[in-house]
Amino acid sequence: MAKVLMKGNEAIGAAAIKAGCKYFFGYPITPQNELPEYMSREMPKVGGVFLQAESEVAAINMVYGAAGAGARVMTSSSSPGIALKQEGITYIAGAELPCVIVNIVRGGPGLGGIQPAQSDYNQVTRGGGNGDYKLLVYAPANLQEMVDLMQEAFDAADYYRNPVMMVGDGMIGQMMEPIEFKESKSRFELPNKDWSTVGTKGARKPNIINSLALDPAELEKHNHKLQAKYDLMKANEVKYETYNMENAEVVIVAYGTTSRIVRNAIIDLKEQGVHVGLIRPITLWPFPEKAFDEVPADCKSLLSVEMSMGQMVDDIKIASNGRWPVSFYGRCGGMIPTPEAVMDKVKELVGGAK
Amino acid sequence: MSVVFQKTKGLTDKQTHYCPGCTHGIIHRLVAEVLEELDVLGETIGVAPVGCSVLAYEYFNCDMQEASHGRAPAVATGIKRVHPDKVVFTYQGDGDLASIGTAEIVHVAHRGEKITTIFVNNAIYGMTGGQMAPTTLIGQKATTAPLGRTVEHSGMPLRVSEMLSTIHGAAFVERVSVDSPANIRKAKKAIKEAFECQLAGKGFSIVEVLSTCPTNWGFTPIDALKWLQDNLIPYYPLGNFRRPEEVK
Repeated sequence: MAKVLMKGNEAIGAAAIKAGCKYFFGYPITPQNELPEYMSREMPKVGGVFLQAESEVAAINMVYGAAGAGARVMTSSSSPGIALKQEGITYIAGAELPCVIVNIVRGGPGLGGIQPAQSDYNQVTRGGGNGDYKLLVYAPANLQEMVDLMQEAFDAADYYRNPVMMVGDGMIGQMMEPIEFKESKSRFELPNKDWSTVGTKGARKPNIINSLALDPAELEKHNHKLQAKYDLMKANEVKYETYNMENAEVVIVAYGTTSRIVRNAIIDLKEQGVHVGLIRPITLWPFPEKAFDEVPADCKSLLSVEMSMGQMVDDIKIASNGRWPVSFYGRCGGMIPTPEAVMDKVKELVGGAK
Repeated sequence: MSVVFQKTKGLTDKQTHYCPGCTHGIIHRLVAEVLEELDVLGETIGVAPVGCSVLAYEYFNCDMQEASHGRAPAVATGIKRVHPDKVVFTYQGDGDLASIGTAEIVHVAHRGEKITTIFVNNAIYGMTGGQMAPTTLIGQKATTAPLGRTVEHSGMPLRVSEMLSTIHGAAFVERVSVDSPANIRKAKKAIKEAFECQLAGKGFSIVEVLSTCPTNWGFTPIDALKWLQDNLIPYYPLGNFRRPEEVK
């Protein structure tokens, strides 16, 4: 297929519809508004439904109802809106319902700002709501990758019966890039949704969508079942990319659009004789711990570069497990790291005085 | 021997957890009988709330979803938009619907969502132990209003049916009570009309059912019915507020 030039938020919508998403429930918030707007135009054309809810809370609960009724369903929002959706997301995880949630991240805390940020790292990788649960979280670095991952996101949601989150910083939502919508075959054998509430037709016992278990032993058992599912995701769903790891004196860990800035810095540093590697998590959860086995033993430092205040540092330390020191450089509030600032931080770590 | 009465197919055989004298059991039965009589049990998806009737998903003999507190109308919206040909209902108490879920109930009516809501109003939070609700009467004692509710502190009790009947999309709004055999018969008639309204695609339908809470009101079941008659009905008048021919 020929490439088309599209804005990120619209490309997300197009990719979701192509992946078979038929229902979208959303609420306006910047910088993701082009996505619900696109869905309001395009969903009716494919026999689907777009509905603007009265709040993020209502939107995610509409997703719960639609997912429980067997639909392929999506919602989108941005950071403070995702915080509001957390109630619904934990119920969706608890009731084991499939859906895709898009989070076009903006600066916080509170109302924060509307410029790109990555300060939802903890919000998206720690479950986000109450209880022990995890989301499968993709963080693409460009629009093509985001479009390519969308089919997989819906399939994985159905396969694991678990909410999946697609995270893009504000730049992913707002930038335009050429995209090719490729035909891809699902790598999952998708199970029948015989658990969904579609009416018994008097032919079977009622199906119940529920996250309540008042008996502690039953609830513990349910948690063990969920945990086994998350372990399976950890084994099978980790995605990452490494770059320039050979002889790296410093290995930078960066995801999303930040990783593209870092890559430019790495190329420039190489010309100056400084070898720097890159680990780019594509799944934020599960975190690509095994990528760190590629880090040279004599690497001087790992460096987390983020558009947040070091939220990913904990995961890097866990993955490093004391093998290398971990440093941090980040900008936040909608400020974007420059390649020069990243280079300066690397030079500081390798001991090269400016 | 001829059968003169039998349990509706609309209820499962599960024993309910409701307190002695609680009228939830009656209301469950009325809803279940209506679904059976309309022959839609196999085409119905119900949504249970958080509150005393949280376990309603174990009692109604149809597909069920359990929603988070107050969000049943949003969950029902998601279901109905996926299956517009199915019957979808929510069953909610007054803490769930009239407090934490006010946005969801107003907007499900505002959209004219073709679902039916059974709103059980007993003027108190039952499940959590008798706290004050927006529907608690002036002077009525609650565990969070130990001296009784006052207007100055908490305002006047919220009349949900009156409020919703101002919304265009609310096609059918009626308040009933289950304090006497005659009122129970009227309640069933209203519930049936509400579901028929949904089946005819007229818009949102809601039946508010005045109910007792002997445990948290601190009365015997009989005295609780009397208290409902003497106190709830005067403030929450029974009757129809909207029916489809009035929706223009």
